[in-house]
Order: sequence, then C-alpha cells, then structure tokens
Amino acid sequence: MPTPTKGPRLGGGPAHERLLLGNLATSLFEHRRITTTEAKAKRLRPLAERLVTFAKRGDLAARRRVLTVVKDKGVVHELFTEIAPLVADRPGGYTRITKIGPRKGDNAPMAVIELVLEPLSPKQATVAEATAATKRAAKKDAPKKAAAPVEAAPAEAEDAPVEEAPVETAEVEAAPAEAQDVPAEDVPAEKDADDTK
Amino acid sequence: MAVPKRKMSRANTRARRSQWKATPATLSTCPKCKAPRLSHQACPSCGAYNERTYAEAIRTDA
Repeated sequence: MPTPTKGPRLGGGPAHERLLLGNLATSLFEHRRITTTEAKAKRLRPLAERLVTFAKRGDLAARRRVLTVVKDKGVVHELFTEIAPLVADRPGGYTRITKIGPRKGDNAPMAVIELVLEPLSPKQATVAEATAATKRAAKKDAPKKAAAPVEAAPAEAEDAPVEEAPVETAEVEAAPAEAQDVPAEDVPAEKDADDTK
Repeated sequence: MAVPKRKMSRANTRARRSQWKATPATLSTCPKCKAPRLSHQACPSCGAYNERTYAEAIRTDA
C-alpha cells in the first residue's frame, strides 16, 4: 500500500487531484507511455501500479474497483486483457519514470512515465523460477507428511524446501560453468605436455 | 509598520548582491554520444538513458 501523500494536493484540491490522476492513469494505460511533469509522474506511479495489481487479479470486483478511478470502459478492458498478461510474471514495479529535463515554456522538470512491458531479464526469471520450485516442493511434501504423525509434519515440511532449493539452483548454475571450464582446462594441459617434450 | 529610515547606498546594495553566485552544474558524459549531460536524466543530444532512447528528451534549441 502506498504511503499517504503529504503537503498540498495537485490542482485545486483533493477532488481535483483525484480527477487529474484518474485522467493521467487513463492516458497511461491507453498510450502505454506519457510525458508529464516529474511531480505528477511521481504521484501517478503508486496509483497506476495498484490499478495494474487489480488488473492482474482480473475478477469482476477488481474491474469495478478500477472503474472508480479510470472511467473509460474501453481503457479498463485493454488494461485487463492486454496489459495484465504482459506483466503477469513481474512482482511489482510495473512503471518506469525517466527524467528528460526542463520544459521550454516554464522550465518545469519533465519526465516520461511508461509501463514496463518487457519480459523479465534472465537473472530475474531464474530467481522467480527458484522461488516457484521451492513452493512446489513444499506443496508436494505436505500431502506425504499428512499421513505421518501431526507433530512431526510441520517441522519436516519447513526443513524440506530449504534443503532442496539451493541444490536445484546450484545445478542450473553449475551446468554452464562446467561447460566453459572444460575446454579452458584442456588447452593449458596440452601446452604443458608440448613443453615437456 | 517598520520602514527604513535612510535610502540604502548603491555601494551597500552592490556589496550585498556581490554574494549572489551561481554554481556550475555537475555534468557527466553521455556513454553513447560523449556529449555532456546531467546525471539521472536522459541525454539532451541523443536521448539515451540506460540503453533506452527517449526522443522526448532531445533538445534542438540552446
């Protein structure tokens, strides 16, 4: 949950700010990327990210919650059907703000706020995969232990995922590392052999 | 209401204003086009920031 904003609202008052941010959010989901002032972009970010979280949940109640902020049904539909699947794997951080320097007319610092729709980087993906694997391992163990005495089950279930998870990730990382090492080690060995001859 | 008793001399005014100084902006070099740019901002000459390009940032004036 974002922290409450301190200090004066944007625009004329609280109601004006709500309308203003609602319009900014609508434009952001419609165009995927908008140019605005830094202050507005910073206020928009927590609101927009919460709306994306609702979109990922995807049920009717969530849709109605989003419709209280974004009044355009077409844009809400696009958010739920097109944007939400693209950020399904992303654990938060759905928007990116980049500063682009002052505006010409009034020297206001401007920024581009855009939705982060690229797939997760390989490093982030492996971390997500590892956490998912530990969850699966924990779930698999749970039914087996259910037959065992009740007191022993929770203690073992807690131990099992911790032991298994590092092994799986270690294997994934070790495999390419070994593949690189093998030719590298062979070459110097052959050179040494030649030298001794 | 309190008001000044005497007109302030030009010397005093100018002595006060002599302390108004501008500080130079701390610039860094754009890794892509080597032009000077402000830190944490897209480059105003080529629009590059973190290996992405922002056309909105490019400034033709100045």
